[in-house]
Amino acid sequence: MQSVHIVSAYDEELKYLSKRIAAMGGHAERMVEQAVAALVNADPELAQKVIRDDLVLDEGQREIDDKAIIIIAKRQPMATDLREIVGAIRISADLERVGDLGKNVAKRVVAVADGRQPNSLFRGLEALANLALTQLKEVLDVYASRSVEKIGFVRDRDDQIDAMYTSLFRELLTYMMEDPRNITPCTHLLFCAKNIERIGDHATNIAETIYYIVTGDQMPADRPKGDKTDKIILPATQPAK
Amino acid sequence: MADIGTERKGRAQAVAMRLWNSRWLLAAGFVAVLMVYGFAGMSGYVVLLAGVVLVAAAMLPAGVARQSTENAAAIEASGLQRLSGEYLAAAVADPLIIFDRSAAIVHANAAAFAAFGGIAPGMSLSLKFRAPEMQALLDSILAGNVASDSVDYIEKLPVERAYRVSASSVGHATDLYVLVFKDQSEARRIDRMRADFIANASHELRTPLASIAGFIETLRGPARNDPAAREQFLQIMQNQTSRMARLIDDLLSLSRLEMKPYLKPGTEVDLRQAIDSVIDSLGPLAKENGVVIERDFAEGPLDVPGDRDELFQVFENLLENACKYGQSGGRVVVSIMRSDSDPEPGIDVTIRDFGSGIPEEHIPRITERFYRVDVENSRTQKGTGLGLSIVKHILTRHNARLSIRSEVGKGAAFTVHLPAR
Repeated sequence: MQSVHIVSAYDEELKYLSKRIAAMGGHAERMVEQAVAALVNADPELAQKVIRDDLVLDEGQREIDDKAIIIIAKRQPMATDLREIVGAIRISADLERVGDLGKNVAKRVVAVADGRQPNSLFRGLEALANLALTQLKEVLDVYASRSVEKIGFVRDRDDQIDAMYTSLFRELLTYMMEDPRNITPCTHLLFCAKNIERIGDHATNIAETIYYIVTGDQMPADRPKGDKTDKIILPATQPAK
Repeated sequence: MADIGTERKGRAQAVAMRLWNSRWLLAAGFVAVLMVYGFAGMSGYVVLLAGVVLVAAAMLPAGVARQSTENAAAIEASGLQRLSGEYLAAAVADPLIIFDRSAAIVHANAAAFAAFGGIAPGMSLSLKFRAPEMQALLDSILAGNVASDSVDYIEKLPVERAYRVSASSVGHATDLYVLVFKDQSEARRIDRMRADFIANASHELRTPLASIAGFIETLRGPARNDPAAREQFLQIMQNQTSRMARLIDDLLSLSRLEMKPYLKPGTEVDLRQAIDSVIDSLGPLAKENGVVIERDFAEGPLDVPGDRDELFQVFENLLENACKYGQSGGRVVVSIMRSDSDPEPGIDVTIRDFGSGIPEEHIPRITERFYRVDVENSRTQKGTGLGLSIVKHILTRHNARLSIRSEVGKGAAFTVHLPAR
């Protein structure tokens, strides 16, 4: 991965850093997975576990920050090494946010569990979460293999996530208009969907950081246009029964 | 009778073999018994002498045989010494990864490459297997706390797979470790399938069942003496029961597909012939809906790796949808093209209708189970809400992609991209 340094402890330190990033990534993936499972199966206990697990990620981020700063101070890194270290700081921050978003979804489980929503909504959320998690998994796999030429998929997935989110947004609005009693759970679900969509964005950020670590260049800047929910307006009439 | 005869002969042979194999034990036992008798009686020396002679005689023919087995053992041992870890790993059917003290991959067998894409020698295992339990397993093995350990590891994406992973150190002080993945997806999937089937089926079957129950109540009550209403209600009930039957068929076929997400490799499908037969089989439906099916096939061979029956089901579902929901367009175009420009060369099959099209917000979701763009329309067309879900499942197994383009009022185009390998 890196070229060998004369001081082998330096290599060890850099390796330790990427190992910690991978461990954080694994935790973040697991948290999001379990948060969505808790939401779909209305499982408050699993949700509590996810909320507790967030501490691990906070701890991980602090540790990586400390280690990275010590390495910079001790070794005066240059070029790839410096990018590797700065990249680790950035990726750990993104992963910590992913964990927060997972925790936020888990916190809403109780509020949503009260009134059971139509199954199709949960299926939609699950599909959205699968897209976001696939994105995160593939990005972290690229971090392991350093094969940045494969990173183009991130953009495609981002488009899919946005399309799916827009569709869910519209559906949730429809349910709220059908029956005001749906408003509370649907609003929570809307936030859940938003949080999951944000996880995809963080995965994209991580992909950009990895691209920068490996190539030293910024990723070409043709960001997709994002979701279209800002333009969704449903007519304020009762839908036909 | 003959069977029983041969079986009996076989058994007799097996007994004889067993006797022959344990001849030394038997001989020794015999000698021991003789010796006991000998010591008990007076002519001990004579019996002992006879025993020694017996053993010596028994040894004679066996001496050669024993030597040859010893030779074989020697050859085997040196062969085992020379056997490279690579061959051994290749002979293991389960994914197997050999790694060193720093958790870097030293060697992975073909099964591991197939199961986990994107691994290469030198890559760090702890970067690839990030799940907390896998991290803990690697840490405890590398720290030398335990010589071997195993955990359950579940990969959710892209296809759910469950493994029993065992890690252990190799030999003495080789600084090498081995990770073996035992696939347990099947058992897990059966459990899941049962739960899913019950959840989906109960939800979707309740609607027709409720309507049948309602009509039965009406028939026994207010409509008891109304033959016209009875005829009408019985017709509705018949429609509902056939809907339930279709639903169960689709659910079963979906569950079967979910049971085996991997495809058996090695079979080729001639798309031209497969799609021709799909078009023939849907001829009556197209005529009934007033739709003309047009063909636009590329020249030359159009073979792709895949399962013929499954691909038939894909195109049947897609074409059936096009005929039903694109009815207003009056025609459906089926085209087969080679697409070499794609990063993954293969064959594109496009089924295009000119009907009312699919609103943009529904496109990302129409492959979900029971997702319907228009519930009323789907019910009148005898849809179960599972067709595209089945299509998507089959295509995932074929490593194929489904892309959907549609414009409201202009129709929809479903393109299946099948990689040529």
